[in-house]
Amino acid sequence: MDRRDFLKQTITIIAGAAIPASALEFVNPRTLFAAKGSDVKWVFLADTQKCVGCGFCVKACKLENEVPYDADVSRTWVERYVICKDGKMRVEGKMSNPGFGINADSPKAGRDGFTTPRIDIGEGKHVEIRDEDISKAFFVPKLCNQCDNPPCVQVCPVGATYKTGDGVVLVDRSWCIGCGYCIMGCPYGVRFFHPVYKVAEKCTFCYHRITKGMKTACVQSCPFGARQIGNLKDPNDPVTKTVMTGRVGILKSEYGTKPQVYYLALDREVR
Amino acid sequence: MSHVWRPLFVALALVAGIIIFRSFYVPKEFGVGEAGYMYGWHNPNNEQFWKDIKVKYKGSGYCKDCHTKNFTSILNTPHAIIPCENCHGPGTDHPDKITKLPIDIHRLLCLRCHAILKYPNSDRGKIRGIDPATHQDPNVECVTCHDPHNPTLGALKKTPQRFPVYEHEPAEAQGKGGAGK
Repeated sequence: MDRRDFLKQTITIIAGAAIPASALEFVNPRTLFAAKGSDVKWVFLADTQKCVGCGFCVKACKLENEVPYDADVSRTWVERYVICKDGKMRVEGKMSNPGFGINADSPKAGRDGFTTPRIDIGEGKHVEIRDEDISKAFFVPKLCNQCDNPPCVQVCPVGATYKTGDGVVLVDRSWCIGCGYCIMGCPYGVRFFHPVYKVAEKCTFCYHRITKGMKTACVQSCPFGARQIGNLKDPNDPVTKTVMTGRVGILKSEYGTKPQVYYLALDREVR
Repeated sequence: MSHVWRPLFVALALVAGIIIFRSFYVPKEFGVGEAGYMYGWHNPNNEQFWKDIKVKYKGSGYCKDCHTKNFTSILNTPHAIIPCENCHGPGTDHPDKITKLPIDIHRLLCLRCHAILKYPNSDRGKIRGIDPATHQDPNVECVTCHDPHNPTLGALKKTPQRFPVYEHEPAEAQGKGGAGK
């Protein structure tokens, strides 16, 4: 090997090694805005300040999308976070308790709203937090992040789940074998088994509504404008403007999934 | 030919069988979609299945033409932001198949927003609320005294009115004034 070959091969190897590094780049909405292809790219914007935890979104989602109403599964849910002035956790007990390590709960996915200051820690038990102890308290609406790099799609062994051209991840019910890899693979825990169809189920951004020019059921039923959906390819869309110029956050950016649900007033306690 | 080759033929026959079965079973459209090999390997015809799901929540605009009085009167109240279907239920098949929408008049419906929670980082803290345990009789529905279509305290009902079963007024009667209920 002469000097010239050595240098050539070194450059090739370094260039090759650089590709995975760039693939781990954090999400940049501007890249998606400029991307060619589809004229539509759905994005979601949730405002944790405006959300009051009424749960009308969860109710509407369940009825609209025929998710069994009393089953303990939901395509979307609302979480409550209560952070105390002394920094201590009020939720004690088992790790499996909802909200362990954080004073958070989401009883029945928030379907019936939050009508009591008591934190639901599961098994019918509650934790009382006095108003004067609260330093921060707020609600966070959650739903499928319709990731640009969806891990659930990547792990599907049969090609039953896929991403549409307009950026929505869907499940082919006739093709899903119910192996559950996607449910395990989703870092946001948005997938579940549909109790009736026995296949993987997830938020579709109400694909039947958004493709007809309507808003999703959760957006339409939110009286406070805490949930919004928009087209990232439309520069005049108010959601696009906020995502491009506002102070928006995303969940679990460290996973490199490039989620397309953006949050206003997100707190570091939210996970 | 030596018998040691026989297992090989069996294996080849199995592989051929699987390939033939697969060619019939997998739809022709199944392939790599717009999102590339890693994310777009699927049957694109399935998108139509999701587009064809029936819309249940029609939006308040759907109520506007028949229930004009209630639709317009609520606009001047703090409850203007609440879509009709949040309380009245999804308007699917109404009025064709379902003549009366079953309305939820339970206290818990109002408490979704009006159970007081003094949360500093949420607009919930700004909503006027009550303690459900102490405010009046916990067994009585809020609509006994409050009018959800005009919730201001000045519009409290002078004589409390129980609604054991919600009576949905026919749309045509709404234009004639009255309580608007």
